[in-house]
Amino acid sequence: MKSDTPIYGLMAEFLTAGEVLDATRRARQAGYRDMDAYTPQPVEGLAVELGMRRTRLPFVVLMGGLVGAGVGFCMQYYSMAIDYTFNVGGRPYNSWPAFIPITFELLVLVGAFAAFLGMIFLNGLPRPHHPVFNVPQFARSSQDRYFLCIEATDPSFDRQTTAEFLATLNPHGQVIEVPH
Amino acid sequence: MATDTPGMTNDSRPSPGGVDRPNYVPVGHDLTSVTEKISALVLTRPTGLGWLGCFGFSNLLAGVLVVAVAYLLLMGVGIWGLQIPNCWGFDITNFVWWIGIGHAGTLISAFLLLMHQKWRTSINRIAEAMTIFAVMCAGMFPLLHLGRPWFFFWLLPYANTMSLWPQFRSALIFDVFAVSTYFTVSLLFWYMGMIPDLATLRDRATNRVAQTIYGMLALGWRNSARHWQRFEMAYLLLGGLATPLVISVHSVVSADFAVSLVPAWHETVFPPYFVAGAIFSGFAMVILLCVPIRHFYHLQEFITIDHLDVMGKLVLATSLITSYGYLSEQTFSWYAGDTVEWYTYWFRISGFGQYAYITWLLFFCNTIVPQILWIKPLRRKESVLVIVSLLVLLGMWLERYMIITTSLSRDQLPSSWGFFKPTIWDLATYAGSVGVFLTLFLLFARFAPIISISETRALLPGAHGPEVGR
Repeated sequence: MKSDTPIYGLMAEFLTAGEVLDATRRARQAGYRDMDAYTPQPVEGLAVELGMRRTRLPFVVLMGGLVGAGVGFCMQYYSMAIDYTFNVGGRPYNSWPAFIPITFELLVLVGAFAAFLGMIFLNGLPRPHHPVFNVPQFARSSQDRYFLCIEATDPSFDRQTTAEFLATLNPHGQVIEVPH
Repeated sequence: MATDTPGMTNDSRPSPGGVDRPNYVPVGHDLTSVTEKISALVLTRPTGLGWLGCFGFSNLLAGVLVVAVAYLLLMGVGIWGLQIPNCWGFDITNFVWWIGIGHAGTLISAFLLLMHQKWRTSINRIAEAMTIFAVMCAGMFPLLHLGRPWFFFWLLPYANTMSLWPQFRSALIFDVFAVSTYFTVSLLFWYMGMIPDLATLRDRATNRVAQTIYGMLALGWRNSARHWQRFEMAYLLLGGLATPLVISVHSVVSADFAVSLVPAWHETVFPPYFVAGAIFSGFAMVILLCVPIRHFYHLQEFITIDHLDVMGKLVLATSLITSYGYLSEQTFSWYAGDTVEWYTYWFRISGFGQYAYITWLLFFCNTIVPQILWIKPLRRKESVLVIVSLLVLLGMWLERYMIITTSLSRDQLPSSWGFFKPTIWDLATYAGSVGVFLTLFLLFARFAPIISISETRALLPGAHGPEVGR
């Protein structure tokens, strides 16, 4: 073990979703906080075990939708009632019911961009490289294996004891060191 | 709407294994084999002669479009059969038909997601791709119909030296916003759902080019539980936004007709009637795409006969809704007591020198033919489903054609009555749009995961992952 070079963290591999869920729970009980689990498909409850609270994403989308609808309506109001008035059979310039379809479409458009970009940016993506990709086995995290990584930034992280702790969680194979 | 069909009952709580209806889940597969099977279609399967043959043919058809459009730009829309009073003909028919086809894709991907219908998993990627390509084909037609398509940006509100704004009270401008929003949101939904699968392809690819391309497209996705949490939330929210959007899009398309004063267009039933017809034709197209895909790619375990069965039921259900639309159209034109309205309808069904054959053919295709799907053994036969789907697609095209041509050729002013006769360029443009659709779809089937790998994994027993969006 080259214990002098700093590492990103220690990683353990698991075969089932139940095992990684259980391991995460036990790591959390042991006091670890800076850690992440990697699974080929969403596993219910795992983010909660990692200490993640509710995501801000719904709020971002709500704001996006309101901005889209607001800007959309104001644009139509300004152009039709102020800047370029056009008398259609004596109907009011601010004929707001006719503005609703475009207001709705822009609500959806900006809301959808907020959902997509919100997901990307809150997740810190795009990020082409990340230390976890240095582990050769990690390629299977997108296929059929589950991983738990305790990161070196955690206050209770110690290269020796954390590795021993991970080994007690019954991982598949050796505990892996994740180089930077 | 269609959720109370048996076989797709709304079990919101799956059993602890995540599976309670094994016929929609690949039987005998595990995480490894699902991943290998679907990613191998893209990464290791050699490009077959069948694919190349189809691709060559569809390219040829798309080439016809290039010629037709080039000639159109040279000569103007007069090369089509458009003639006062028939200013709309094949172009708008094709537009409404294509965009309607797209609607089933969004219904499968968004509406069934909100309804927790697990059977969507095997077909949602195909259906979403179909939506995007169909909307691309659709969007082409109104733009070409502009007469001077190079001024298409005049439809958009932008600061211009003419100090002009688009007329925001016009249904045609609603259409610009609805269709472009629909395309953009469908694309985002499709791409976002594909990010985890692109990461799988990145990790499984063995050659450098594939690794780089899929790696860039995957945006560095690393399957973190925190990422999944936000991903699922974003996916659910997009589904929630796309569901009312899809209803609004075809309602707006129908408003192009319904807000006018043209007889038999000016009807309040149009929005729901158009939406039902759109979903009807779209499901027919999904069946038509799924049947060859499950054969040629050997995906019978993934797209099971039960999937086809459920889609057959949906075709039947939407056929009944559309037929109800026909019935109410007739009833209203009779009951309204308006002579012009009454005459136009009578002209549709009895003008055998003009369009009545089309009207009766579409009633046959859309109302009579789908009734055989009541019979379960027939509904579970691929050949029957394919024939019904082809007839439904034909019928729905004829329906739009009938609505557009009959009403325009018999306006309130008998002195300006006319008759729409398509030219060879009308047919070439239509065939060319089919070529573009097939070309794009074949490229998709070759280079993208045609079934969502991560969502299929989540359905497997022991994955402990409920479907995306839960």
